[in-house]
Parts: sequence; structure tokens; C-alpha cells
Amino acid sequence: MPFLFKKSLSDRVADGIIYLVLALFGIATLFPIYYVFVVSITPYTEVLKNGGFLLIPKSITFDAFQAIFSSGVVPRALQITVLITVCGTALNLLVTTLLAYPLSKKFLPGRNPVLLALIFTMLFSGGLIPTFLTVKAVGLMNTLWALIIPGLVSTFNLLIMKTYFESLPPEIEEAAKVDGCGDARTLMSIVLPLSMPIMATLGLFYGVNHWNAYFGGIMYLNDRDLYPLQVVLRNMIITPSVSQELAVPQTQLSALPPESIKMATVVVAIVPVLIVYPFLQKYFIKGMLLGAVKG
Amino acid sequence: MQEIARGAKAAKRPEGSRPKWVKTFLRYRWLYLFMVPGLLYYIIFHYVPMFGLVVAFQDYNLMKGVWGSPWVGFDNFRTVFSSPDFLVLMKNTIILSVYRIVFNMFPDLILALMLNEIRVRWFKKWIQTLTYGPHFLSWIIVYGIVFSFFAPGSGLITNFIRDLGWTPIDVLTSSEWFRTLLLSTDIWKSTGYGAIIYLAALAGINNELYESAAIDGAGRWRQMWHITLPGVRDVFILLIILRLGNILDAGFEQVYIFLNVRVYDVGDILDTWIFRRGIEQLDFSVPAAVGVFKSIIGFVLVILANKLAKRFGGSGIW
Repeated sequence: MPFLFKKSLSDRVADGIIYLVLALFGIATLFPIYYVFVVSITPYTEVLKNGGFLLIPKSITFDAFQAIFSSGVVPRALQITVLITVCGTALNLLVTTLLAYPLSKKFLPGRNPVLLALIFTMLFSGGLIPTFLTVKAVGLMNTLWALIIPGLVSTFNLLIMKTYFESLPPEIEEAAKVDGCGDARTLMSIVLPLSMPIMATLGLFYGVNHWNAYFGGIMYLNDRDLYPLQVVLRNMIITPSVSQELAVPQTQLSALPPESIKMATVVVAIVPVLIVYPFLQKYFIKGMLLGAVKG
Repeated sequence: MQEIARGAKAAKRPEGSRPKWVKTFLRYRWLYLFMVPGLLYYIIFHYVPMFGLVVAFQDYNLMKGVWGSPWVGFDNFRTVFSSPDFLVLMKNTIILSVYRIVFNMFPDLILALMLNEIRVRWFKKWIQTLTYGPHFLSWIIVYGIVFSFFAPGSGLITNFIRDLGWTPIDVLTSSEWFRTLLLSTDIWKSTGYGAIIYLAALAGINNELYESAAIDGAGRWRQMWHITLPGVRDVFILLIILRLGNILDAGFEQVYIFLNVRVYDVGDILDTWIFRRGIEQLDFSVPAAVGVFKSIIGFVLVILANKLAKRFGGSGIW
């Protein structure tokens, strides 16, 4: 929108205030993350010497990272989280696509009642206890499947994908049909290649959710060896003595205060999100807006 | 393979030899087949739990299961509604939800309106990119950051206050500060993301409206009042409806992660109580009764709010 009013002095002042407030908000957003990074790589004695606040550390140490990666607990949790994120996202996309594609066909008999039944789950749910009992009854307790299967399809993502499929020109699929393609071939070799943007968007949505997942771990897993990263991280943050959580003798960590180790673990959990963030932000506004279209 | 062969044969048969629904089904068999895994998922993990709510009417016992546990009618509900704890939980939940509606929706809208006034492209893009970043961080990470700021003895702000010579407050375990802590971290995490939907609505406003308003002599504030704000009204109402439907949720994930015993008096909400009692103490029936109560109220509220929105001229959700 171009400027469509004359700028008076008060308008200029208002502009100035807006820029200032936004800049401050931007800094307030960035600062805590930056601070955690700095603390994780600065020797803790130096952190303390400077009253806990350092804009640029004078010396850098990776001791805290070395400690958490040599402990066994964090690397294992990291492996599990990566496994869940990769396999979980793949399964999410597979099942969501297979369900969204038929539902995008307005001519398909039975489509409307099915859609209604799926949307109803957004308005009414059994809640925590029955879901927990179901997962238990199905036999997923204390397996990694419990972190994937109970959230296999997100209705919100499903509707986004359905809307996207509906927006593809029907002529292309009709041409494929005329050439003798069945529904499976059409989906695989015509629709999917055209749907890469939406697959990327939803893949990132699902992926970030798996990476950040916490409650599945504490609800369905008893075996500490299966804990994903977020569960280990939370346990580390709330316990005063980190050595117990890391299952290493205190002597090995003697030089390292728990604060450094905690912050280093937070950084380990943040970095992958930061890495995919440029991709996220390329696609997710598009996805959000598609989702805003009525299902 | 057999399936395909049969289908092909069926297609060649003269019309009318099979009932119509069979023909339709065969014609679209692949599409129906695709839906099977997804539908199974919805049945098992959404619809079965809905019927699993019957445990609220039982004295549920893990050994006996849903089929073997004795029925107790509304006993569990009586236990819930006559308990003084329930009132506290309800109060905490609703207060937090209302605070969230006010302190989330308005910052989101204000950020969008401010970004909309910015003409310097790179600045707008940078601020947007920065501010919606935290949306993708988990609440655990946010708690870790909060901890590094407020931990007693080592937090950045705790030490800063101590160095100023004031008495440090333990923000993490203070009932007075708990709600402020929840709301401010929520603003930090979700405002940038929440602004996006308003920005989309703002981008959809027809420029001619501004042009004709400018010709009529309307300045910045009048343009905002008469064009910009009406342009985001529908989105705002829609989001309020969704929020009202979730008024008994109050953001379980964040609250559970931030909660500790010393702030139960203000921080314990329905969901955290259900979680503790059900998942941690394995007592299922009474929490399930609270769950039933929650689901029904939530459902009724969404329907009502949607009707209200339509009455006031908005489009509603459906």
C-alpha cells in the first residue's frame, strides 16, 4: 500500500515510534537465544566475573558440549529424536497424502460424510485419559511407535493438503486418465511432482513437531533409554545435579558447572531448528494462508 | 493382483448386472483403498477414545478394563463437583484463558498493524523473520531459557537484581509471578507467528479504499479506523471463536512444563490436574469425568460462539 496521506509532523513521530518499538521487539526476541549460545560456549568463571552478562565472550570453550556428547545420554536421546523425526514425518506425509487425495475429489461418493467426521474431531475429543488408555490397549506402550502413531495425521495439515490438491488444474489428471493412468499412477507420477511445495511445508510442520515433542515421551515411555531429547532436556533443567541425569560420575564434570551443561543441551536442541528455519520461513507463510481457507 | 483382474472384468460387464453402489465402489476402489490407513487412524485414535469416555461412568480398573469395570453412574461427577479443589482448578483455568485471549490476541494484532505501517522493505522482513522464529522452539527450550534468566543463584536477572542490592525473588516458584511468567513467555514465543494471519488479511484489503479515503481527506488514523480495522475484523472474530472453544484448555503444554508444587494454587489447571491424577497416579475414572465435562463445555462453546459470530455479521467457521 503506497502512502496515501500527507505526512505531517505527528505522522513522522508516529513512524519513529513504530520503528523503535519494532526494533526493540526484534532485539527482545533475539537476545535470550543469543544469551544461551554465549553462556554455552563461554567458560563459566568468565560468565560469573561479568555478572552473567556478556555480549561477546573473550574466550571460547566447547567443554560443555564435549561433556554432554561423551555422556551417552544426550547422544542416545538425539539419535532417538532424529529417528522419530525422520520416520515419523515420512509416515505422516504418506498417510496424510493418501487420505487428502481422495478427499480432494468432489465427485467421490461418501466424501462429505467422511470429511465431516474428520472435522468433528477438531471440535470434540475424548481427551487425555481415553487416548492414553487406547494407546495402552493397542499395545504401543513403551515403544517408539507410541511417539509416532497417536499423532499420525493432523486434521489441520490434512485440510491444508486437501485444499492444495483441489487447487491443481483437473485437466492434467484427466489427461493422465485418458492416457490410461490408474488412480495410483496419477497420484504418484502426476500429482506428487506438482505438490512438492506443500509436501515441503507440511513436512517441516510435522518435522518440527516431532523434534519438539515432549508429552508422548513422558506419557507412553517407562524405559529411560528410549527418552527423546526434549524429555532428557527437561529432566536436566529441573535437576540441580546434572551428573545424575547424564549418568556420568561427578568427577568427570568437576570443572563444569551445571549451568554450562544445561545451556549447551538447550543449544543442541535449538540448532537443528535454526538450520531448517530458512526453509521453514520460505514455505510456512504459504502453508498458514492455505490453512486459513475454509476446509 | 486378483483385485485388479476382477475390477477389470467388472468394468467390462454390461450395465445393470450389479447394484449401483458396487459399481461405484469398484470404479473408485483405489481412491477408497488409499483412505484406509488414514481412516483407521481416525477411528482408533479419535473415535475409540470418544467412546472411551465411558470410563467416566465406571469405577475403572486397569486389570479389568473397560468391559469388566463396574458401572457407577454419575458418582465420579458427584465426586468432582463436590470437591473444593475443582473450584480452584476451574478458577485458575478460566482466569488464565481469559488473560491469554487478551494478552495474546492484542499483541498479535498490534504487531501486524505496526508491520503494516512499515515502508522499508528489508526492515519489515527482518523484524518478521526474527519475531516468528520462537514459534518453532519447544516449550522445554523456552523453559530452559527462562531458567537461565531466573534460576535462583545463577540466573542473569536474579543476579542482576541481587547486584542492585534488592532482594531477589524466585520468579520460577512464586505464585505472584507465575501468571506473568506464563503470559510474557507466551507473548515472546507466539506474537510474531500470530501476526501473520492478520498481515494476510491486511494484504487483502483493496487499495482503492485507501485511495478514495485519501481523496476525501482522511489521515492515517482515520484510514486505520475505517478501513484497516474493519479489514481484520472477521479474522479477529474467527480467532476469538476458536479461543472460546478452548477456554478450558488454557495452554496445557506450557503450564505443565512451567508448573511446580509451589505454584499449584494459581497454576494448576484442569488439564494439569487430569494429567497428574490420571497418567502419573493411574487413577482414571475421576479425571475422565473432568475430561468429559471439559469436552462437552468446549463443544457447546464453539457452537454458541459460531452462532454469535454469524449473528454479528461475520462468516463464522462453518
